[in-house]
Amino acid sequence: MTKPIVEYKDVHKSFGDVEVLKGIDLDIFPAEKIAVIGPSGSGKTTIIRMLMTLEEPTDGDIIVDGKNLWKMDKHGKMVEADEKHLREIRGDIGMVFQHFNLFPHMTILENCMTAPIHVKGEKKKEVKKRSIDMLERVGLGDKINNYPSQLSGGQKQRVAMARALVMRPKIMLFDEVTSALDPELVGEVLEVIRDIAKNDDMAMVLVTHEMDFALDVADKVLFLDDGVIAEQGSASDVIEHSENPRVQEFLSRFRS
Amino acid sequence: MQDILSISQELSRGLFVTISILIASSLFAYLMGFISGLLRLSKHTVIRKFTGLYIELFRGTSLIVQLFWLYYAIPMLFGINLGSNWIIGVIAIGLNYGAYLSEVVRGSVEAVDDGQTEAAIALNLSSFQKMRYIILPQAVRMMLPEFGNYTIQMLKGTALVSLISLNDILYYGNILRSSNLSQAPLIYLVILIFYFVLALPLIFLTRKAEDISKKGVAN
Ligand SMILES: Nc1ncnc2c1ncn2[C@@H]1O[C@H](COP(=O)(O)OP(=O)(O)OP(=O)(O)O)[C@@H](O)[C@H]1O
Ligand SMILES: [Mg+2]
Repeated sequence: MTKPIVEYKDVHKSFGDVEVLKGIDLDIFPAEKIAVIGPSGSGKTTIIRMLMTLEEPTDGDIIVDGKNLWKMDKHGKMVEADEKHLREIRGDIGMVFQHFNLFPHMTILENCMTAPIHVKGEKKKEVKKRSIDMLERVGLGDKINNYPSQLSGGQKQRVAMARALVMRPKIMLFDEVTSALDPELVGEVLEVIRDIAKNDDMAMVLVTHEMDFALDVADKVLFLDDGVIAEQGSASDVIEHSENPRVQEFLSRFRS
Repeated sequence: MQDILSISQELSRGLFVTISILIASSLFAYLMGFISGLLRLSKHTVIRKFTGLYIELFRGTSLIVQLFWLYYAIPMLFGINLGSNWIIGVIAIGLNYGAYLSEVVRGSVEAVDDGQTEAAIALNLSSFQKMRYIILPQAVRMMLPEFGNYTIQMLKGTALVSLISLNDILYYGNILRSSNLSQAPLIYLVILIFYFVLALPLIFLTRKAEDISKKGVAN
C-alpha cells in the first residue's frame, strides 16, 4: 500500500479558550481528492490552514512526506519549527483562497511568475512559458497582461489557481473557492477544478458547499461537525447514503 | 513694481539654502521614516519600544525646540559639535518629520490586506521576499500622498532655520524689513509668494500621488 503524503495525528486547535478542533486524525494519499463538508464554524478552514502553515496547531502532529511540519529536531530535542523548516516543507503545498488574494499591483502573468522565480530560483524564460501555458489552460490566455482589478470574480479565481499550479505543489488546498462568486460565475471555476482533478496527480483537499461537485470529483468525503470528523467515506456513502442524523440534517439544507 | 523686483532679488539670495535644506532634510526624513516605521513592526519588543520612544519624543515636542536643542544645548552639554548650521537644520527637520513619516509607513504596511500575507506564505515566499515584492509595493502606493503632504509641511518648516542664523528666504526678508520698516507688508507678501511658488510643484506631485494611490496599480 502507498504511504500517505500527509498525516494528521490527534491534531487540536484552540483560539483562546475555545477549542475548535478536538482531535483530528486524517491521512491524505498522493493523488487523492478529498472533499470537506460541514456546518459553518465546524473547523473546515482551520484544518487546511494548519497544513498551509497559516495557523499553528495547539496540540498533535501534522506529518508531510514523513517530516513533522510544526516541529523540528534541534540537538535531539523537538522544538517549534522556525521559518526555514516551514519553508522547506510547505513548498509541496499550494492553496486557493475564498477571496482570491491576487497581488493587485502585478499583472496576472506577474502574479504567476513571482514565486517560481524568487522562491525556486527558476529561469525567467521557463517560468514565463509555463505561466502562459497555465493561464491558457484556465482560459485566460488573452488576459495575461491585465491587472486583477480588470477581471471578473470567476476570472480572478482562475488566475489564483494558475498561480498556485505553476509552483507544482504535491497537495492543493481549496477553501470554498466559489462561495465569494456570483452564482453565474461558479460554473467556470468548478470546471477548471474538475479538469485539474481529473488530469493531475496532485492530492487535493476541497472545502466546499457544492455537494454535486463533491460527488463528482471526490474520492473521499469528510463530514466535520463541531471540531471532529463525524463521518467519512466515499462521496456516495457520505452524501447519498449516510444514516448519521447530523449529516442528514446538514445535507437537507442543500436540497430544495 | 520696482520695489517688488528689488525685494525678490534680495530674497532669492536665500533660495539656495531653503531648497537645499528642503531636499536634504526630506531625503533624511524619508529614510528615517522607512527605517523607524519598519522597526516599529519588528518582532522584538525592545526594538519596537525603542523606536516608539524616538517617534513619540519627536512628535511630542516642537520642531523649534528640537532645533535649539541641537544648536545650543547639545554642543554645550556634551561638547559635541554637530557640524555646520546647515547640517543641524537638516538633522532637526529630518528627525522631526521622520517621526511623523514612520507612522505613515507603519500604518500603510499594516493596512495591506492580511490575505496578501497569506497568499505570499502559500506561495512559500520568505518573510523578506513577502515584504519586498508583495507588501511594500502596495504600502508605498498608499504612502505617497502623505509623503507629499509632509514634504509640503517640511518646506514650510525650513523657514525655522533662519532662527539659527542660516541665510534662507525668510532670513533675507527679515534683514530687508529691519532696514526698511515701512515696506514690511510688501516684503512679507513677496515672501508668501516665494514659498507658494516653491510649494506648487509639490502640490502638483501630491495630487498625482493621490491618483496613483487610488488606482492601486501604477501603469
Ligand atoms: N483567528 C481566529 N480567531 C478566533 N477564532 C477563530 C479564528 N479563526 C477561526 N475561529 C473560530 O474557529 C471556529 C472554526 O472556524 P473555521 O473557519 O475553521 O470554520 P469553517 O468550518 O471553515 O466555517 P465556515 O463554513 O463558516 O467557513 C469558528 O468558530 C471560528 O469563529
Ligand atoms: Mg471556512
